[in-house]
Amino acid sequence: MTWETVIGLEIHSQLKTKSKIFSGASTAFGASANSQACAVDLGYPGVLPVLNKEAVNMALSFGLAVNAKINKHSIFARKNYFYPDLPKGYQISQFELPIVGQGEIEIPLDDGQNKMVGITRAHLEEDAGKSIHDLYDDFTAIDLNRAGTPLLEIVSEPDMRSAKEAVAYAKKIHALVQYIGICDGNMQEGSFRCDANVSIRKKGDELGTRAELKNINSFKFLEKAINLEVERQIDILEDSGSIVQETRLYDSDKNETRSMRSKEEANDYRYFPDPDLLPVLIDDELLVQIKNSLPELPTEKKIRFIDDFGLSEYDAENLTVQKDIADYFESMIAKGADVKLSANWVMGDLAASLNKNQIEIQDSPISAIELYELITKISDNTISGKIAKDVFKSMWEGKGSVEEIIENQGLKQMTDIDALEGIIDEVVNNNTLQVQQFKDGNSKLLGFFVGQVMKATNGKANPKQVNKILNDKLS
Amino acid sequence: MMHNLTIAEQIIGLKNRDFSSLELTQHYLDRINDSELNAFISITKEHAINQAKLADSILAKGNATKLTGIPYAHKDIFCTKGIKTSAGSKMLDSFISPYDATLSEKLNSENMVMLGKTNMDEFAMGSSNENPYYGAVKNPWDINRVPGGSSGGSAAAVAARITPFATGTDTGGSIRQPASLCGITGIKPTYGRISRYGMIAYASSLDQAGPLTLSAEDAAIILNAMAGFDERDSTSANKSVPDYTKNLSKSLSGLKIGLPKEYFSEGLDKGVEKVIMKAINDYEAMGAEIIEVSLPNSMNAIPAYYIVAPCECSSNLSRFDGVRYGYRCEDPKDLNDLYMRSRSEGFGDEVKRRIMIGAYALSAGYYDAYYLKAQKVRQLISEDFKKAFKEVDVIMGPVSPTPAFELGSIKDSVSMYLADIYTLSVNLAGLPGMSIPAGFSDSLPVGLQLIGNHWSEELLLNVAHQFQLNTDWHHSSPVD
Repeated sequence: MTWETVIGLEIHSQLKTKSKIFSGASTAFGASANSQACAVDLGYPGVLPVLNKEAVNMALSFGLAVNAKINKHSIFARKNYFYPDLPKGYQISQFELPIVGQGEIEIPLDDGQNKMVGITRAHLEEDAGKSIHDLYDDFTAIDLNRAGTPLLEIVSEPDMRSAKEAVAYAKKIHALVQYIGICDGNMQEGSFRCDANVSIRKKGDELGTRAELKNINSFKFLEKAINLEVERQIDILEDSGSIVQETRLYDSDKNETRSMRSKEEANDYRYFPDPDLLPVLIDDELLVQIKNSLPELPTEKKIRFIDDFGLSEYDAENLTVQKDIADYFESMIAKGADVKLSANWVMGDLAASLNKNQIEIQDSPISAIELYELITKISDNTISGKIAKDVFKSMWEGKGSVEEIIENQGLKQMTDIDALEGIIDEVVNNNTLQVQQFKDGNSKLLGFFVGQVMKATNGKANPKQVNKILNDKLS
Repeated sequence: MMHNLTIAEQIIGLKNRDFSSLELTQHYLDRINDSELNAFISITKEHAINQAKLADSILAKGNATKLTGIPYAHKDIFCTKGIKTSAGSKMLDSFISPYDATLSEKLNSENMVMLGKTNMDEFAMGSSNENPYYGAVKNPWDINRVPGGSSGGSAAAVAARITPFATGTDTGGSIRQPASLCGITGIKPTYGRISRYGMIAYASSLDQAGPLTLSAEDAAIILNAMAGFDERDSTSANKSVPDYTKNLSKSLSGLKIGLPKEYFSEGLDKGVEKVIMKAINDYEAMGAEIIEVSLPNSMNAIPAYYIVAPCECSSNLSRFDGVRYGYRCEDPKDLNDLYMRSRSEGFGDEVKRRIMIGAYALSAGYYDAYYLKAQKVRQLISEDFKKAFKEVDVIMGPVSPTPAFELGSIKDSVSMYLADIYTLSVNLAGLPGMSIPAGFSDSLPVGLQLIGNHWSEELLLNVAHQFQLNTDWHHSSPVD
């Protein structure tokens, strides 16, 4: 039997405001426990919330970036439940009238096609503090530094049909919030968190019962957790069982999900409008102002890269995934670097090295200018592409500038044709058997000869030239 | 005697060096000490003496503000930095506030002298001040009777002249009703006029602070110091504050007074009705025109209020969970036990009753039938007033259906809730309301309620002051 997977994501994106959403306390990460929680964050008797305008503007930026309907009148509501890291006994959130309504975003699929994913809503809310269960044997420690940090909860439609699509969507949102500068996107620190609603059904059927997966803090885990859940649900249904609506916790150490609470155990949050806060009213002037201040968005940038640089759709997509990557690439092009070479190097050796060392491109040991310099050495035939890879490695290790490395390690390409011809003659003379085979029609052997020549020249020969001379001599 | 002076007179006395702030303060501290009304939860003697000495030095230097050196009593619902702030609850008996309420800051900035924190119904929920934890407050006119609530400690203290004025809060009548039952003047301004920051919330959309004083003129002087926008309270109005003392002496000739017929129906004590009608006659004699108006939805104020207020309080009081401050049960077994016992042991019955009503009314499946419906009734009540204020300038009527009742005489909550029938709708509509002494029924004071349109405090104070120029009821005192 074939099952269709249906996935919707709820993404909590921590907004990069300086102060908290309802108080003046700092939002900086990593301060000592409870040092960044003021009387308002601690839920002291008599304190009142005051809405941070910056958080509102950031939510509006997001709404405009996903072509969403902006609710010009939105309200804050109280979500009531008891938990020690929730100081007031309620979370201030938005329920009935969120600031951002229906929107959409395009995601790339594996087959090269694109797909529109609906965004149901995005609303502002405050984060809770942190409960730390493993610090003391007999106690749970509470750190309220995070309490009151602004969050934008972005809720998608159940439009994704595979874990891969869900990851593509999450990455797209992740890129977008960083593009527009509202979230640092740090998943390790919890600045960007995904919950996945997963269900399966037979194609054409109504939506199945869903399970909500929580505690997912990387794209890799998102994919794993969804696939695990899909398998679990298929096993149950194919065993004539039924799915229970519940919240399941993903455990990345054990790579399993386990039930946290069922629908019956779920809290009745007793939502009602927060009487301490006035409705949020947005006027057209503010919307225009925010729209004008939005940077170029990923999709716009991608189209421009295709149109202006002649990049393929695939290259343009990959180069615009992150704003910092796009900026890096563009500063190379601005210096005059070859477009195709630049794209290949940024997405190839550079991306691989960054990935391997878990470094963000803005912290790369090789700057865009340095990579540009390396590429010009390939373009002007100073070094071959293969040698360039060694130079890149030395640059990464901080062994000097492009010039210095080429000079010090004697990597300059051979330009002396006579000397090269001499070496090629030698190779041809030493391999008479292969020469005969080649002449008998085994054209694959050309690669063997090229290899021999490159070996004899320590890779410094120009492969194009070698090819040409070999072809002349062997024909 | 100094304690029979109004604030207006004390200001002159301090200025003319007839007495010092320290003498005035000591006099009131002695009177508090001798009082048997149980009006105070905390008496901040040392703090008061230090503030009085500071005030005297400022007065001597000549850079005092109008209210420098005037003593007052602060309802124990306002946070006071470094000083116990209990809201009348065992839950906060150990709570020393780490910060000042905006109102506390404002009074401090005038270098006024805080004598202590007054007793109140727990978390301002009640109309009688029969507080189970700090004990009942007694009415100075008859110590077997209640002073009203929830600002009963404040009202009793002002009436007994053990403080020149006191702060109060009014969510459903908690300034006006005790003012009426104790024979003093009290004003609840328009919602948003005085900052709620640092005022422990009962029902956020209804709570409003105000002064309890011996006269309308004093209320105007104090309101000048209390009112104003506060950026820490999103619901406070960013609206300029007039000088409330400026128009007190305006003539009332041509003033249109509305009498809501619904306020003079069954349930109103005959003695109270007589006092009110006499006062209305006095206004007529001053040149006012009396017009009958109708507030057809006013009787629905009780059910609407007893949904809205409990809903808000069920959420507002969730923070008292035994985790960060306040009462915590002994040896909690686990988290649920900590919550359940801390809250069961820390809150009194009336508070628990309202939390449960509110949690029920907000729960899934009941929200529309209760909370939303109550909000619709609230809208209708506002529209009734809007209509009436197209025809009249001020609405008048009783504050409470009866004078002060005997301590312990009302045993069921619903009968107690009915005592608020004339005051609740004013809070639901966010309007200003006032109670002024208008006479006696069976030797117990009766207050007249003045209700104004939004932001008409100036007019209300003028109307009240003119009455006090023509009558002596506000001079009647239960003490020598």
